[in-house]
Amino acid sequence: MDIQFTEEQELLRSSVQRLLRDQYDFDARRKIVASEEGFSRKQWESFAELGLLAAPISEEAGGLGGGLLSTMIIMQEFGRHLVVEPFVETVMLAGGLLERAGSEEQKQCFIPDIIAGKTIWALAWTEKASRFDLANVATIARRDGQDYILTGEKTAVIAAPWADYLIVSARTSGQRRDRGGVSLFVVDRRAAGIELRSFKTIDGRRAAEINLRDVKGELLGKGGEGVTALEACRDRAIGALCAEAVGGMAELNAATLEYSKTRKQFGVTIGSFQVLQHRMVDMFIAHQEALSLMQHLNLSLSNDEAGVSRLASGAKSKIGYAGKFIADQAVQLHGGMGMTDELNVGHYFKRISSINIQFGDPAFHVLRYAQLDAAA
Amino acid sequence: MELALSPEDAAFRDDVRAFIKDNYPAEMRVPNPETDLSKEQMLLWHRILHEKGWIAPLWPKEHGGPGWSITRRFIFERETTRAGTMPPLAFSVTMVGPVIYTFGNETQRQKFLPRILSGEDWWCQGYSEPGSGSDLATVRTKAVRDGDHYIVNGHKTWTTLAQHADWIFCLVRTDPAAKPQSGISFLLIDMKSPGVTVRPIITIDGSHEVNDVFLENVRVPVENLIGEENKGWTYAKFLLGNERTSMAGIGRSTRYIEKLKKIVKAELPEDDPAHLEFIRDIARVELDVLALEATELRVVGQLARGIDPGPAASLFKIRGTEIFQDITELIHRAIGNYGLAIREHPASANRFMPGPDYGHTASEKYLNSRKLSIYGGSNEIQRNIIAKAVLGL
Repeated sequence: MDIQFTEEQELLRSSVQRLLRDQYDFDARRKIVASEEGFSRKQWESFAELGLLAAPISEEAGGLGGGLLSTMIIMQEFGRHLVVEPFVETVMLAGGLLERAGSEEQKQCFIPDIIAGKTIWALAWTEKASRFDLANVATIARRDGQDYILTGEKTAVIAAPWADYLIVSARTSGQRRDRGGVSLFVVDRRAAGIELRSFKTIDGRRAAEINLRDVKGELLGKGGEGVTALEACRDRAIGALCAEAVGGMAELNAATLEYSKTRKQFGVTIGSFQVLQHRMVDMFIAHQEALSLMQHLNLSLSNDEAGVSRLASGAKSKIGYAGKFIADQAVQLHGGMGMTDELNVGHYFKRISSINIQFGDPAFHVLRYAQLDAAA
Repeated sequence: MELALSPEDAAFRDDVRAFIKDNYPAEMRVPNPETDLSKEQMLLWHRILHEKGWIAPLWPKEHGGPGWSITRRFIFERETTRAGTMPPLAFSVTMVGPVIYTFGNETQRQKFLPRILSGEDWWCQGYSEPGSGSDLATVRTKAVRDGDHYIVNGHKTWTTLAQHADWIFCLVRTDPAAKPQSGISFLLIDMKSPGVTVRPIITIDGSHEVNDVFLENVRVPVENLIGEENKGWTYAKFLLGNERTSMAGIGRSTRYIEKLKKIVKAELPEDDPAHLEFIRDIARVELDVLALEATELRVVGQLARGIDPGPAASLFKIRGTEIFQDITELIHRAIGNYGLAIREHPASANRFMPGPDYGHTASEKYLNSRKLSIYGGSNEIQRNIIAKAVLGL
């Protein structure tokens, strides 16, 4: 009824925990974020060595076949340590799309390098007017012999400045908001005609505005069915992001509780005040509920259950609101210290705020959850 | 959300479903069973379950329980609440029964347990007093020893369905000199004893569920004392623990959300801007239920593996009641102007109820369910429990 983890899964969890405890404390992370690239190639190599980059990918495609429960375990630990490396972008988004939609040739060409940690990928689906609508695509792809030529603009593409390849959504037919007519393309990030303007995100990552002018792209999956592929991809990403958020929420609750037992005002610890005790109980409950729903979502995703896309939206919304509540209160209960760059609490706050934007905010997803119910 | 069940447990679930469908009395399907049924009608389902051997899922087999695993108890609870059957009287089966078989002597077990199971005895709970609500350890009802009897004097209040009760289990003070928790005893009192008076309390929904119970020089045989004198607080806490674990109310909340959706569909055209607001509010409360249900399943899974959530179970009382209050408020809002009317009850005495049938109980449910965050240990007390026992504050 609940998840009873296998021995292999427990082993995976403890090895990720050990790796991050030894190499990824808050100071180490701070140096990584401050570095030129904004992520650590050395860490990426150790993730590859540990098999994390192969974990969810099927054995036929050369992976370890751990499925989405393995990424749930990894992402919970990444959430606890605020890992900034582009695991979701490279392994879950690109790896997942290549594995499910790619031709045999594409799989053989790209997946081994992802598993080996040799290539970084980013998914470019957002545009200026699209907000969270996967079908709202103005970028155009026109046929040119075997290839396609892409022109348009993509915005706020996380990990793009680091990436070797991009997966870009572009319209091959139809009007701007049509579901049909959107296709996916593999694009070499260093290809001619690509212009990147990089920027830092609030949670210490790197992203870019991307201008595509007559850029060569290779079709990924069936032409015109990009939105369907992206929706399933988003569901999986939501499972991972929710796990990451739940990991961060656990750390915030632990830090806040600890602080409330040591910080003294009016001659007593602030944890002795009932108003703060009840606040922390509500934070505890919010985390418990988020954890349960997150596990339920990832189980349903790995069993590919009917209605899982609606559930993904529901979980993204509920866990998003829960994360926001916990992050708000963690900063509030830490007082002025919660505002400082020095303390980790604010950095969890920023990561949870970012997660709440990625692939749709809680308000967007609660409506999608409601509308899919009405449609059923 | 469905459980992954073994074939045997799945067959059991189907049995329970079929049994409810074939046996639940039609005359108990009234708009609001808690207030609309007579005592005899309320006991119909109790007797059917007793005959089947399913009346007391919590009880060990030797005392008349069915001997179910935790999983089966959960399945039974889930199926009965989903089907909207009226649960057997909690004060008898869930509360005093386990106290008697855990702390009572053999004579008491033989005297009381069979009559609880059969429904012959209806029990009510003599805990709260006018000066002792959340701070229950300050109860002042006095029991003074007089030969083979205690002479009991005091005033119990919020006593649910005492108007039907044959017996009341009471917290009484037997040692006024001791610390509050140490001077309390757990006493069983026959409601027919001279000196017991029941006075109705009408609540804001107009119904008569709760009562004042006055005890004036009531003579109670010493053999009706449970366990040891002055140890009553231990038994009282044990009982409250039983009360809290079954309060998530997933089945009930799910049924009311379905009802809410139907009402919104009938009452609000889709182009009404308020429609969108309802859709969003419904989705949010639906997700609240889903997350609590997922948490319940996680805890049931842990219990089945021998891990006790302990005081963390208070979260089910907190969230279960908050969520149901939200749902009843949404239903009341959804019926619009008809939310002004309230059905016939001792207080309103309405003979005519306007508006569509589906709205007829909305006002009273909305009003009545305000009690949920207050009773059974107020939600503030539950938060105190988690703060202390789980968070170590």
